Formats: sequence, C-alpha cells, structure tokens
Amino acid sequence: MSLTRQDVEKVALLARLKFDDDQLDKMTSHMVQIIQYVDKLSELNTDDVEPMAHALDINNALAEDEPRPSLPREEALRNAPKRDDECFLVPAVLGE
Amino acid sequence: MSLTQKSATEQLALLQSGELTSVELTQAYLDRIQAVDSSVGAFLRIETESALAQAAGIDARRAAGQPVGKLAGLPVAIKDILCTKDTPTTCGSKMLENFVPPYNATVVEKLLAADAVILGRTNMDEFAMGSSTENSAYHPTKNPWDTTRIPGGSSGGAAACISADMAPLSVGTDTGGSIRQPAALCGCVGLKPTYGRVSRYGLIAFASSLDQIGPLARTVEDAALLLEVLAGHDPLDSTSVNAPAPAYSETVNQPLENLTLGVVDHHFGEGIDPEIVSAVQKAIEVYESLGATIKHIEMPHADYGVATYYIIAPCEASSNLARYDGVHYGYRADQAEVMAELAEDGSDEGPLVRMYRKTRSEGFGPEVQRRIMLGTYALSEGYYDAFYLKALKVRRLIRQDYDNAFAEVDMIIGPVTSNPAFAQGEKNSDPMAMYLEDLYTVTANLAGVAGISLPCGFTENGLPIGLQLQAAPFEEEKLLRAAQMFQTATDFHTRRPELS
Amino acid sequence: MSDAPYEIVIGLEAHVQLKTQTKLFCRCSTEFGNPPNTQTCPVCLGMPGSLPVMNKKAYFLGMKTALALNCGIPKFTKWDRKNYFYPDLPKGYQTSQFDLPMSEEGYLDIKSLKDEFEPRRVRIIRAHLEEDAGKSMHDEASGKADSRIDLNRTGTPLLEIVSYPDMRSAAEAKTYMQELRLLLTYLDVSDCNMQEGSLRCDANVNLHIPTENGTIATPIVEIKNMNSFRSVERGIAYEAKRQYDVWQETGKVLGELPKQTRGWDDSAQVTRSQREKEESADYRYFPCPDLVPVVVTDEQIEAVRSEIGELPATLRERLTSDFGLTSYTADVVVNQGRELVDYFLELAAASGDNKLAGNWVQGEVLRILNDQEITIDQFRISAGQLAELLQLITSGDLDSSKAKDVFAVMLDSGKSAAEVVQDLGIEKVDESALEDLCRLLVERNQRVVDDVKSGNQKAVGALIGQAKKENPNVNPGQVRQICLEIINNL
Ligand SMILES: [Mg+2]
Ligand SMILES: [Zn+2]
Repeated sequence: MSLTRQDVEKVALLARLKFDDDQLDKMTSHMVQIIQYVDKLSELNTDDVEPMAHALDINNALAEDEPRPSLPREEALRNAPKRDDECFLVPAVLGE
Repeated sequence: MSLTQKSATEQLALLQSGELTSVELTQAYLDRIQAVDSSVGAFLRIETESALAQAAGIDARRAAGQPVGKLAGLPVAIKDILCTKDTPTTCGSKMLENFVPPYNATVVEKLLAADAVILGRTNMDEFAMGSSTENSAYHPTKNPWDTTRIPGGSSGGAAACISADMAPLSVGTDTGGSIRQPAALCGCVGLKPTYGRVSRYGLIAFASSLDQIGPLARTVEDAALLLEVLAGHDPLDSTSVNAPAPAYSETVNQPLENLTLGVVDHHFGEGIDPEIVSAVQKAIEVYESLGATIKHIEMPHADYGVATYYIIAPCEASSNLARYDGVHYGYRADQAEVMAELAEDGSDEGPLVRMYRKTRSEGFGPEVQRRIMLGTYALSEGYYDAFYLKALKVRRLIRQDYDNAFAEVDMIIGPVTSNPAFAQGEKNSDPMAMYLEDLYTVTANLAGVAGISLPCGFTENGLPIGLQLQAAPFEEEKLLRAAQMFQTATDFHTRRPELS
Repeated sequence: MSDAPYEIVIGLEAHVQLKTQTKLFCRCSTEFGNPPNTQTCPVCLGMPGSLPVMNKKAYFLGMKTALALNCGIPKFTKWDRKNYFYPDLPKGYQTSQFDLPMSEEGYLDIKSLKDEFEPRRVRIIRAHLEEDAGKSMHDEASGKADSRIDLNRTGTPLLEIVSYPDMRSAAEAKTYMQELRLLLTYLDVSDCNMQEGSLRCDANVNLHIPTENGTIATPIVEIKNMNSFRSVERGIAYEAKRQYDVWQETGKVLGELPKQTRGWDDSAQVTRSQREKEESADYRYFPCPDLVPVVVTDEQIEAVRSEIGELPATLRERLTSDFGLTSYTADVVVNQGRELVDYFLELAAASGDNKLAGNWVQGEVLRILNDQEITIDQFRISAGQLAELLQLITSGDLDSSKAKDVFAVMLDSGKSAAEVVQDLGIEKVDESALEDLCRLLVERNQRVVDDVKSGNQKAVGALIGQAKKENPNVNPGQVRQICLEIINNL
C-alpha cells in the first residue's frame, strides 16, 4: 500500500490539521513506515472472522426518559474561547 | 522506615488506630514531593491547600466518631486525564491548558466518597499517547531509578510518584499498557482491570474500546485496596458492567490452590533483553515452588497485537479527538492570525475551516497529530476494510487466543516489557520503535482481559523489571491473590530508588 | 397527468423529532423555545470524558413508528459515528446508525384527495435513530460577524425515515409528507411542528427524460431545508424545471456530475447551490465504541406493535365500510386527526345515525373549526350535545335548516339543544293540532287538491308555505306527508 504526500495532505484536511512542507515530509515518511508495519495483518486469513468492535459483549444499556438538571449557562459557556452572554462564537459559518 | 515508605495498607491501619492523622500523612507526602519532584517531574500540579483541608476535615470526622470512607485520610495522586470539577484537567496537552471541567469523573466521585485525599495531578503523555511520558506538553517525567531514563508511559507520572514515595496510591489509565509498562519500568504495582470493570465516565477518551482506569501502588495489597474503591457499575457508562465489585482487599492475602499458570514461549523470542528473560523465568520458578503448575500455551496471534492496536486505537482517537476544535472549550488559534494566514496563502478555505486547522495543529503535539492522521486515513473511504475492519477481525482472533488459553490455565505469566527503562530521547525520532514497546501489553486491552504488573527483579544497572500476570475477564480477585503470593515470597517491592 | 416532457423521480429523507422528555444520550430536557444554551450538560456539550447513554423511550418510539410504517425490526441494532466538523456538532461526529439500522423495508400508501395522482405505495428503505445537531445563527446583515452557536437542540432524538425514489411529482412528495405527519400524530410519537423543526425533510430529485436515444437521467440533487408542505411542493417543482433547463443547456446526465446539494430559499422561491465542500464528504463511519448494541425479542416487538392502535389507513377503511361515509368524507375526517375521528365516532354512536353524524362533522363542525381556526378539543359543543341535536332531526322534531339555527345558538350560548329549542319557541307542534291545521288548509285550497289528484304531487308545496305562516314551528316534511294523506283519502 503506497501513501503519497498528496494523500497525506488530503487526510490532513479531513482531520482538520495543517502541516508545512517539512512537517508534511516527516508525517508522510512516518505514516508510510507505520502502514508498512501494520500491513502484516494481511498475512492472516480473516474471511470467516466476525469483527470485534467492543471488548465485551454487553447489550441494552438504556436509560429511562427522566429529565435531570442541565448545567447553568455560565457553567456551559465557561470554557468557551469566544462567547457572548448567551452563545458560543465562531468565525462565520455562513457562505459555506 | 519513614512514614512515606510505609504501604498504604499500613498507613490506613495507623490512621484508623489514631496513631497518625491524615494531616500528618498528607504533609509528609507534600514535604517529600517538595524534596524530590524537581528531579522527577511526576506531578503537573500539587493541590497543597485543598489536600490539607480535606485531610483536616477527615481527621475531624474520625475524631468525632463519625463514619468515614474506605480510604479515609490516604493521599491519592490522580493522572491528569480524569475530569475533576472546578479543577484544571489538561490531559498533558496544550489543547486543554485552561480547561476546567464542570463535572467530576465517576472515579473521582468514588475517591471523594471514600475520603481519599486528592494530593495532585500526575504527568502523562499527551492524551495518553506514548510510552515514555516525553510527550507531555508541559515537561517530561523522569525515572526515579535513573533520572536520565524515561519512566514509561503514558501514566509515567502516576508510576514515578509511587516509586519515589511521593504518593502511597495513584490512579492511572491503560489503553495499550499505560499502567503496566510504567509500573514495570518504575518498580511498582499496576493493574489494568477488565474492560468494563471501572467506569470511564470522566476519563478523557483516547481509544474508548480499550481505555480502562486502574490503580498503581507499591504493594499488591495496596492495589487491591484502591481497586475496590474504583470498581463497580456506573449507569453513566454504557460499557460499564453491571456486576458487583468484590472486596478485593479482604481476599488478597488468601493464596490460590491448584494455580495453573500459562507460559507463552513466544514471549521469550528475539528482541527481549536477556536480563528480563532471566528475571521472569526466576519468577516462574517462584510460583512453582509455591505449588503452581506451569503449562506451555500458544497465543498464535499475539504477534499481531501491535499492528492491530495501532489501527484500532488511532481510528477511535481520530474521532474522539475531533471535539478539540476551538469552539466550545480548550485552545483556539488567534483569529487575526487565521485571517492573516488566509490572506497570505490565498486559499479559498473558509475562515472557520482554517481556524479549525490552525487550532488543532497548534494545540496538539506531534505524536497526537500522527495518530489522528493514521486513524483518519485508516477510516477513510477505500481503506476502511483493509485497515479498520481487518483489525477488528484480528482483534477477535486475539480474543479467541485468550479464551482458549483460559480454558487451560488460570493465568498467563510473562514479561511486561522487552527492555528496561530506556534513555530519554532514545526513541523519539522513531515512532515504530516506540510502538513496539507495547508488544506484551496491548493484547490484554484488545481482548479486554485483566492484567497486572509487579516488580520481579532488577538489571545489573539497578533498573526494575516487571512481571505480568493476565487473567480472564472479571478475575481481578484471583489476579491480585496470585500476585500477592509472589510478593509474599519476594522482596523486590521493598527496594527504593536513591533520590536526594 | 403532467404535460412536462420528463418524469420527476423523488426520494425523501424525513427527520422526525421524537416526543421524549430528554435527549437521546443525556437527560437534558428537549423542551423547545428556551433561552440559548440553557439545556446542556457535559454529554451534549461534547465535554472531554463525557459518555452517552441511550434513551430507552426514544428507541421504543422509533420502533413504534417503524412498525406503523410496516418496517421490519432487526433483533440486533447498533450505533455508529458519522465524523465531520461543524460548530453545532460539539463532538465532531454525529451519533447515527449506518449499516445495521433499527428498522428497514417498509412502506406508506398515499392518495390524493383532489385526484392529482393515482394512489401510490411509497416504499421505505429504513428508519434509524440519530441525534440532532445544535443551531448556528448568522447575522446575515454584517456578513463578517461571528456566528452564534446554541446547543439546546444538540442531542435531541431524531428518527430519520428514508424512502425509495418512488414518488413522481411534487404533489406526491407533499402528500407523502402530509400522510407521514398524520401517521406520526396518530402514533403520538412526535409534535410534528414543522415551524419548530420537529418534522423536516430533504429530497433527492432527478429527472427521467425520454429522448430519441432512449430515456436519460439527470444528475441527482439533494434539496435541503424544506420546512413546510408548501416548500416541499414548490422546491421540488422549481428544481425539476431547473434541472430540465440545465440539461437542455449542458446535456449533462447522471454520472457526469457529482451529487449536488442545494438549499431551498423560501423567501426567494428558488433552490441555491450550497458551496461545494473543501473535500468530497467522507464521513468515516465506524461503530461507536461508547454505546452498546440493542438486542430485542419478538415479545418486545409484539408488545410495541400492540400499542399502535388504529392508523389513518385502517380508519378510513372503517369509516367507509362500517359507517357508510363516502371515501371523501372519511378522508376529510381522518386527515383532521385522531381527535376529530373520536368526536365523530362518539357522535355516531350517541346519535344513532352514522351518515347524519358524518355529514354534520364534515359540514358544520369542520366549517366552524376552519372559520375559528381551532381544533376539535377547543370546540364548544361536545359530541354528546351535538348528538341530542341530531336526534331531534332524526325524530322529525326539527328540520335541518332549523337544526342549523339551533346549532348556531348552541355554539354561542353553550346551552343544550333542548334548551335552545325551548328558548327559540320552536317546540314541536302537537300531532293532532298539526292534523287539524292540515285539514283546514286542504279545505281552503281546492285547486291544490285538484292538482294533486291529477298527479302533480309537487302542488302540495303551496300548503307547506301556508302552514309555516300559520305556525313557524311545523315540520315541513310532516305537513307534506299529512296533507298528501288527507287529499288521497278524499
Ligand atoms: Mg442523518
Ligand atoms: Zn445534555
């Protein structure tokens, strides 16, 4: 499996990260190295193996529909990097 | 023996008999931290005032004959990954430098309810990603046995503070070995419980299907005591198992009869340090002398553990860490710089997208970014089946290896690491070398089983060596009893690093 | 039906807010209309360390809806993460369902009251549970200002109902949404308030155009942001025309252009292209490790099925077959909602005349509801009270035009039919007095007698007019009948 610098750039956008040229080179070479290593999984035939997403077989963790108090608004907004009295603020999303 | 060198179990007895107050004990640890942490760097923050206030309150309640909790008056250090209400919780990251959670993690609630004294917050690899605690955004932690070496990670601070007598108990987290590996490298006891045994609510997620909170301590008895408080069902964590947690501290001293231990020959193959091989083999002989039967077993897929882990963990991490985008909490890149950058490179990216990208590139360290990239790539269109789905299937095979093993033996015995603590900076430029550190520990996380690391010897250079026991899901009680058998027969856990 | 040189192919994705008190993964209230960011907690803020726990009621409301849509319920279902960055999505992913949804393969039958299209069965691909996002508010005037984010709605349970592309006109799409809304209100699983966004839909639209070289298909466009029945109809109609124009201009067919997303601008009545994303959407779905699967038993499914009650389609059927209503009347009554159906059923039972009850509900009652813009529970005359009035009609004590006068007074005064009759002095005329009056009139009007005798029964009408002058309370039907009898016996 080959991974190019362009691929890495595309993934960086998906991941909302940004690298300069040097970082991109380094990231590409590290990712290539790791991907070559993990490729050893392809040695195994897993055709009839059920994938295992959870460590344990637990089902039906369901909660009753009973309201609990929410946070006071000040608490909810306390960590916001930018805010007004009521809301979180972000650079305009309009026009997207 | 000084006060801080006593075990938590001994200290608790003194507190209960009235020979010792929590304020005295807490102060002793604060003094010890003051004296040695500048050369270790185990702590990110010391909660001097609140610890002493808590200790005084507990002393007063005990003196007045009021009921107190199971750990009443014992100081506990907490890895800086567990949310604590109104207290900064950074996860070792610049991203969360100013983050103050509005709520307590369930284990923090449990510790407070048990009247543990919260001593401070221990250092860690950023977002628990790393095996050396060099990836902390704040400072690296050093190994108390040799401060030119790493303490292991990601719970490096949690292990170092125990081995340097800066706390009797500490709480860590283990996603691929992050409790057991630093415990081994620092010469203390660290237990990763079965997945689902301890609530993850309030544990800042790295890889949700692998993360588990567990105790670090100097002795097995102490680890049992702390696990007893941490464990149990939590309706706020859907993956927490609805089963009662046994009183581990009450049974830990009962030796197991007819104990059968499995040895995987493959664990002693190439790449492992001969000193570790010999220490672990001697430990196996100790068990034989205690009446245990040794069986050689196969774990045919164990060798695929690291590859499987380094797909699944980054995939989950890439999603878990998407929330750090500078909108609702945490670090945000400077808006003027964002606009200037956009103007300069003439990109048609909107300011919002560029804000996200700049925020995340500035807020996360290189290892975290690497894993986010890997995970994003492995989940992306066209690669999902080859990477993520394949890894989930191999994960099943690894689990089946364990199931087959536990049908034959009570526990699996073997090494924790292939090498003793390495020098700082040694593996920084080679991520793959660092990842291979997790060879013996990741499979327990992938399978969800329990594992414990305990001291079983020292290298000629005086570096600790760890012994790993792994047990079937929810067999922590047996695991602790087996570990205690070894500790009763040996004295590795009583040795101390020389720190001035 | 359509004169257009193409066929429109439409599939709808409806998003229904389920009627729970709390959110899908936390126990914050879902109440609408509160000040921004007052209904949040660590979970729905996506705080580090927080974990979701599935709302049991949301799951079972989803199942109830799916069953009513004739869907199958798999025994095993799980939740997945749909990863994308947006400021109203605090976790950086939406928890949804990907490959193993909680229900699949159902259908909803639609028909037009105004015969705009042939009755159609719209097949449903799946209905799955997912969480809603928050709200981004933009200051449109000063384009550069920050957007404000309110997370009150974040995590509200949504059922996404995805249809096959089975609809062939804007009217069908509108009717599908109306029928879906009706079903949801009968099930009582959603408020279905479109203005508040508790029922929304996106439409996938393209055209099949017959050409000399066979039929071609235009590229599929997803229209977002249609939040009224009218906008569904108009948005699709607009989009069809636009696609036809574009095809004529460019000749581009399906496969030659990527799927496009356009938003419906209700004020301008146009669809507008939503700016292409920086990358093609890659949501990197994978199973949510924080949530465990749900496994249900046949018994649980049947228990939910038994709670469903009568649905619009069955009720329409029953109102026509058992109550003799015309299918039009049955549609009108059923489409008004369960409460009106109940009103009708009570009225029919109490009055003993199904047909009369149907006529009155469809006529007088609905007229008042429409005029006063009220619902049946705000209507002043109870079914029992109205039944008393209808009984006066069937017994012959009141003719229908008088009954309408009484009805009007009942509505104003809140009095019973008997009281109003008494107040108005329109009590029934004593039988023997009526006979005396009729005899007198026959004697006075020899010409009418002759006309009737010679076969012109209608001539008796003149006597009815005179009878009413003598006593306004006489029942014209009775007068007619008695007079005819007297004349025939002469
Ligand atoms: Mg959806
Ligand atoms: Zn909430």
